[in-house]
Amino acid sequence: MSNQNPFGDGFVTTTLDALTNWARANSLWPMPMGLSCCAIEMMAMAGPKYDVSRFGSEVFRFSPRQSDLMIVAGTVTYKMAHVVKKIWDQMPEPKWCIAMGACSSTGGMFRSYPVLQGVDQIIPVDVYVPGCPPRPDAVIHALMEIQEKVKRERHSFQNALLSDTAYTKILQAEEKNTLVLQK
Amino acid sequence: MSISFDEFSAHFSNEIREKTTFRGETTFLINPLEIERVCIFLKSKLGFTYLTDICGADRFTPEDRFEVVYNLFNPESKFRLRLKVWVNEENPVVQTVTSVWQSANWYERETYDMYGVIFKGHPDLRRMYMTEDFEYFPLRKEYPLVGVAGSIPLPEIDPKANNREAAERYNRGETV
Repeated sequence: MSNQNPFGDGFVTTTLDALTNWARANSLWPMPMGLSCCAIEMMAMAGPKYDVSRFGSEVFRFSPRQSDLMIVAGTVTYKMAHVVKKIWDQMPEPKWCIAMGACSSTGGMFRSYPVLQGVDQIIPVDVYVPGCPPRPDAVIHALMEIQEKVKRERHSFQNALLSDTAYTKILQAEEKNTLVLQK
Repeated sequence: MSISFDEFSAHFSNEIREKTTFRGETTFLINPLEIERVCIFLKSKLGFTYLTDICGADRFTPEDRFEVVYNLFNPESKFRLRLKVWVNEENPVVQTVTSVWQSANWYERETYDMYGVIFKGHPDLRRMYMTEDFEYFPLRKEYPLVGVAGSIPLPEIDPKANNREAAERYNRGETV
């Protein structure tokens, strides 16, 4: 036993934020909005060849309350936009969104009366994936981008302990760029 | 196999406006007031028990602008028949054929949704694809392909949506 370290080598020191971000980044559970043909490539991403479970995202939840990451895969029509928004609202914070493919990013080739020209008109999108449809590895790349974004998050541990009301106040304060830490 | 339409033509000589044959397919242009009687005859006497489709077309002519196309099939003789009905723009009304084939129900609703052709006597004539309060008929030729901004309502816009300005322009009726 070393004299310098009475506790041995059995622990590390880091920030609570880093610990929280590490857990979140490696367990982003997708809410699959499989609206159209892009959903086929989303399934391929989850299959054994591309194996999204290497990144901890193999748990495809069909309940918004157990999801962290919405993957909008396919054409968002105006009728379906209400469904997407409602499910997005039912997902707990923090949450992220991938606009997978040309249709959910910009409307794609469907520049026509029933199609919403980009899902980012109604919900915030963190990563846009080009392609019609994108390759499964492009979606994994988007997932890795979100992982990097999660790892850079600040105050994540503190925010995780806040009540919904306090979290809303934090978000509103952030909107005004006058963040005040809550006790 | 071929089907003889001699009895059909003789029986409905006043109702048949035109008979055309193109690339092996037979088409009859029917008086819109008599479409139900014609269909009853075709089903019961000539064996056209399967209504494949009803669809509309916009001829964009000053008279008889809208066309309703009935695609019929005789499963025994494998014969396909097409009926056409012309209606004018001011009063686009056709008699329903749901009493002849029940599958006409949804076909006629689709045609009403897209072209605005009214099927008189339909048990449940309402829109099929567009929202209930939609005010236009998208497959009419004057309707813009990109649609009318604001005609289909958007959900409540998330305050953090990246492109919420486009959504707000859409809600104001400006083309995005």
